[in-house]
Amino acid sequence: MDQFLTFGIVGLSTAAIYAVIGSGLVLTYTTTGVFNFAHGAAGMLSAFMYWQLTVGWGWPVPVALVVVLLVLAPGFGLLVERFVLRPVQALGEAERLVMTVALLSGLIAAARWIWDPNVARPLPMFFADRKPFHLGPAVITWHQAITMAVAVAVAIGLRILLYRTRAGAEMRAAVDDRALVGLTGADPVRAGRVSWILGTQLAAIGGILIAPTVTLDAAQLSLLIVSAYTAAVFGRLRSLPLTFLGAVVVGCMESYLTGYLPQNDYLPGLRLAAPALLLFLALLVFPHRRLRGRERRLARVPVPSARGTLVFAAVVITFGAVLASLLGEADLITYGAIFSLGVVALSYVPLAGYAGQVSLCQLSMAGIGAVVWGHLGAHGQLWALAAAILVSAAAGALVALPALRLSGVYLALGTAAFAVILDRWIFTIPAFHVLGLRIALFDQGSVDISGPHLFGLRLDSGRQLMVFAAVCLALASIGVAALRRSRFGRRLIALRDSEAAYATLGGNLLVAKVAVFALASGIAGLGGALYGMQQRTVTADQFSLIAGLPIFLVAVVGGLGAVGNGLFAGTAFVGPTNALIAVAPGTANLVALLPGLAGVGLGHNPDGIVSRFRRQWEPLARDRIALPALLCVLALAWALRFGDVINDWTYYGGSLLLAIALRSWADARQTAPAEPEIPVEWWGLRREWRPEDEEVLARGVAAG
Amino acid sequence: MSALLELRGIRAAHERITVLHGVDLDVAAGQVVALLGPNGAGKTTTLRVAAGVHPVESGQLVLGGRDMTGADPRDLARAGVCLIPEGRGVFPNLSVRDNLLMMTFTGRGREEIEEIAFARFPVLARRAGQAAGTLSGGEQQMLALARGLATDPAVLLLDELSMGLAPLVVGRLYEQVGEIARQGVAVLVVEQFAAAVLDICDHAAVLVRGRVERQGHPDGGLRAELSALYLGSST
Ligand SMILES: Nc1ncnc2c1ncn2[C@@H]1O[C@H](COP(=O)(O)OP(=O)(O)OP(=O)(O)O)[C@@H](O)[C@H]1O
Ligand SMILES: [Mg+2]
Repeated sequence: MDQFLTFGIVGLSTAAIYAVIGSGLVLTYTTTGVFNFAHGAAGMLSAFMYWQLTVGWGWPVPVALVVVLLVLAPGFGLLVERFVLRPVQALGEAERLVMTVALLSGLIAAARWIWDPNVARPLPMFFADRKPFHLGPAVITWHQAITMAVAVAVAIGLRILLYRTRAGAEMRAAVDDRALVGLTGADPVRAGRVSWILGTQLAAIGGILIAPTVTLDAAQLSLLIVSAYTAAVFGRLRSLPLTFLGAVVVGCMESYLTGYLPQNDYLPGLRLAAPALLLFLALLVFPHRRLRGRERRLARVPVPSARGTLVFAAVVITFGAVLASLLGEADLITYGAIFSLGVVALSYVPLAGYAGQVSLCQLSMAGIGAVVWGHLGAHGQLWALAAAILVSAAAGALVALPALRLSGVYLALGTAAFAVILDRWIFTIPAFHVLGLRIALFDQGSVDISGPHLFGLRLDSGRQLMVFAAVCLALASIGVAALRRSRFGRRLIALRDSEAAYATLGGNLLVAKVAVFALASGIAGLGGALYGMQQRTVTADQFSLIAGLPIFLVAVVGGLGAVGNGLFAGTAFVGPTNALIAVAPGTANLVALLPGLAGVGLGHNPDGIVSRFRRQWEPLARDRIALPALLCVLALAWALRFGDVINDWTYYGGSLLLAIALRSWADARQTAPAEPEIPVEWWGLRREWRPEDEEVLARGVAAG
Repeated sequence: MSALLELRGIRAAHERITVLHGVDLDVAAGQVVALLGPNGAGKTTTLRVAAGVHPVESGQLVLGGRDMTGADPRDLARAGVCLIPEGRGVFPNLSVRDNLLMMTFTGRGREEIEEIAFARFPVLARRAGQAAGTLSGGEQQMLALARGLATDPAVLLLDELSMGLAPLVVGRLYEQVGEIARQGVAVLVVEQFAAAVLDICDHAAVLVRGRVERQGHPDGGLRAELSALYLGSST
């Protein structure tokens, strides 16, 4: 009984922290319409700052608290509002989501860069030296009591602010209809600022309170937020009292699982994954209504031509072959990921680009593919690769079933929860037997992975594997392009445009969603298997939620609708970071920031970089002189490099410069386009109404 | 009588397509001006320009003799321009009471606003705690119109008050509009169904393809021409 009480108190004090963080989340969501995935990361950053001021520089605790809570946190909130969210405010929900995911990923990278993750940073509890209270048989420390008191104060304060003051009404009104807020004479921008400041402060309070009870680790602290998300989802992202209730459920559950979960090999992960499981369940059980309001600017999904796709596939394979012929063995492993992770990124195109389903667990699916191939394909049998694809596809379908009811932010949350469940629990389970079949995952460590047998050839060198991956990426790209042109592809886009309309038109939502999830996961699984082959051995960490976020970001920046995104995302994700590290080895942690920063580019290029690339390079590809010239010189340069006449830098730099120069030349050669044909019914609208038009029309009518 | 709201040669575009080709309109204090015209003529755009929500390419927006071209919607609102936009001009997730609270940014206090709104539309008092999005269409329009009544604007811009409402309700709403004008407010009404407003307005302008084709007193002559204009022939 005493033990039960003790765990209950621990649970309640944890719950209080989740409640504070969760209410910050609800606050920013209800007042700005942005679900802030980086909310926990803001708390994490505050905890690190607080550590730096108190333990690091020895400032007194009250001063540090004031600086963090009243100066740094509000300043950070303002910066985020101004530079991260305002640029995408007018864009769709998906873009706003991506910005906060970028922020999450960037903040974790930044924290790891500033504070070396290999150093332990203990933080003392508040009033650790005072004697704890005794409440009957139970003991409450000062830290716990303060935590609970803070939560109650926050609850009351927020309630009053939001529902009893004009500023609160202004903040809530800004989500409903920003334009209308302007018409009433209020200031929607100010409302947004206030809620970002408050939200960040709440995250900071939570971060500082929780940091002493756990280890100060960037990724871990940012993901502690999963529990706070769960609480917020209990409140359907809008109700503060229900959020508090949710926090109590999560906090106590975690605490009692720690106390009473039986000790064996399979269950410790369950305790870590419990909040994510609960989040997943809560998402399914509670009905979710999106915030009312109008927005949504859907990106166009280009239709690739059959010829263009084949040319693109040839380019992919050639690129792979050229790299394979020039790189050394170590570089082959590093840069091989261009093609294997490219395949993973490509899986976003049908799923998010066509069907509009934002999933954050694609890299986890890749992990499943890698593991299945690792265990079944140890001797390189090709059927094992098919099995890897099928098992990943099955896992994807499994996610799709519950996810059927979710969309937008909720789907992103659900798939993130799924990824966390895999990371923390499923991937950590030791091998077990079902019906006499041995099922192994990461074997609580790493899995060795070998290359495939193809036409009696064992592909094992980095060179062969790179070309193999390039061929797979080319084939997958062709397949996705074919999907875009097919009837099913058009249906998926109809589904993205409006689920309701799709259903009323007689489409079967269940079949379509399950099919596209399975397809995308299958592609991701293939990518994972290829990645595994190149890496030779893989661990669960390489396929975690956090590891997958940057790939998602780069894919979004590329433009989710474009088939060329596989190659783009792979190259952009793998290329520059590693090239930078090669030039300046000290920047390893800094370059991890790059994908996060890339998110900022989205505000300028909502349709994606790939389609812009296409537009820019099209003249060159169609030029009858420039293109052959480019190909000849590239081939010559390759021969020179292959024969070691020129060095790497001359080769890559020279090729790039030449291509750009020829592009501008081809651009200039193009004759200025004639005035576009405007249909008669648009005269006077698309262009000025001219006096002579009337005559033209009259003649047309008379003649016809 | 000098005009309170003047649009002088307004040209405006959506993306790159010009939809207003030099619109001139005057609305004097106490006057109700009806802006009529077929779908897509640019009526909504004209009102949005007058409220500062939509940018102008050229032309002037003059308010009480002061040039306000290019001013923020917020500044125009504080200067007394009140636009009740097309569709429902309410905050659906806020309660009726909070919607009324949102009307206090232009000067009047909360008690005064509630008093005026509830006196004019008693049904709103009975629904005070309910989310505005769950009100009936007519009730939502009443709530939207309450902003025009209670905030004491100088210029009231109304866009398609009648949309989706029963004729009886429309009649009642326009009675209120007439009353607002009698208190000295300049009212510009956009209406698809001319019959609803021709009886209460003092002046009517017909907008076709972004140009004012005809304006004048809403007498028999104008009514007869309207039907021809609605068919889209400008000759
Ligand atoms: N957001 C927009 N983007 C592009 N074009 C637009 C946009 N809004 C309106 N238009 C175009 O501008 C023109 C005028 O539109 P406006 O809404 O002002 O017409 P209206 O007279 O209010 O029509 P209605 O009676 O149907 O409300 C139309 O041709 C319309 O297609
Ligand atoms: Mg209109």
